[in-house]
Amino acid sequence: MADIVFEYQVDGSDYHRAGEASRSTKSNLKKLGFPSDIIRRVGICMYEGEINMVIHADGGVAKVVIGLDDITIILKDKGPGIPNIDLAMQEGWSTADAQANDLGFGAGMGLPNMKRCSDEMNIDTVVGEGTTVTMKIKTK
Amino acid sequence: MTVRELKEALGLTVFCAGNEDAEVTGGYCGDLLSWVMGRAEEGNVWLTIMSNQNVAAVAVMTDISCIVLTEGVKPDDALLSRCETEEINLLGTGLSTYQAAAELAKALAE
Ligand SMILES: Nc1ncnc2c1ncn2[C@@H]1O[C@H](COP(=O)(O)OP(=O)(O)OP(=O)(O)O)[C@@H](O)[C@H]1O
Ligand SMILES: [Mg+2]
Repeated sequence: MADIVFEYQVDGSDYHRAGEASRSTKSNLKKLGFPSDIIRRVGICMYEGEINMVIHADGGVAKVVIGLDDITIILKDKGPGIPNIDLAMQEGWSTADAQANDLGFGAGMGLPNMKRCSDEMNIDTVVGEGTTVTMKIKTK
Repeated sequence: MTVRELKEALGLTVFCAGNEDAEVTGGYCGDLLSWVMGRAEEGNVWLTIMSNQNVAAVAVMTDISCIVLTEGVKPDDALLSRCETEEINLLGTGLSTYQAAAELAKALAE
């Protein structure tokens, strides 16, 4: 059976509306009949990653690949990149701006949440070029 | 306890009614969204003073049973319409977050 793929353009200009790709993915997974704990983990991983693309990287492309044994989320942006991944992964580290803070973002907990809710996570980043975050959630 | 029972026990204001038969499993208090994303559990009541539409997205992602805006905070229009389209329980109280949490704990213990 071929993989099922969903792809979304994530608009980086609107902090308020961010999360559309994650909502859509969540409802697609429900229609496909995945268990609620799997859907919840995918939703948390993808939403945190989607928000990061919006507030730190001016948007990007989100892709969800549903395979036989796992669901892979690929978030690709052409933002500033992450100079120090170890630092970024620390709970509480954030470079979010005041506008993001006002909305409740910027606790520095997003990447740690993504790590915890996924079975595998990889960050591929080049400063000045962009970041690709890949997360895998096993379904079997 | 269901969301409907909680609403009656605490005399909460209903801004938007979703599935009021949803089971309440406990609560989480927080205004920083990623803390809520990481810590709130399915079915929890989320007590917060944040009132913008990202609150609705977090509610959907975490599968909480309802949002309770504390301290007399009112939802902004975008949050309200988001909750209406997504059928999210959005409630409110004039109690402080601390008092509301204490009342919630009492109601859950009964
Ligand atoms: N896609 C990205 N492009 C550039 N920088 C990023 C990206 N994702 C994360 N970062 C950097 O890593 C830091 C930590 O990210 P993390 O998601 O953990 O926290 P946050 O987004 O700042 O706050 P929170 O997620 O708690 O709202 C960010 O503040 C930012 O500096
Ligand atoms: Mg983040």
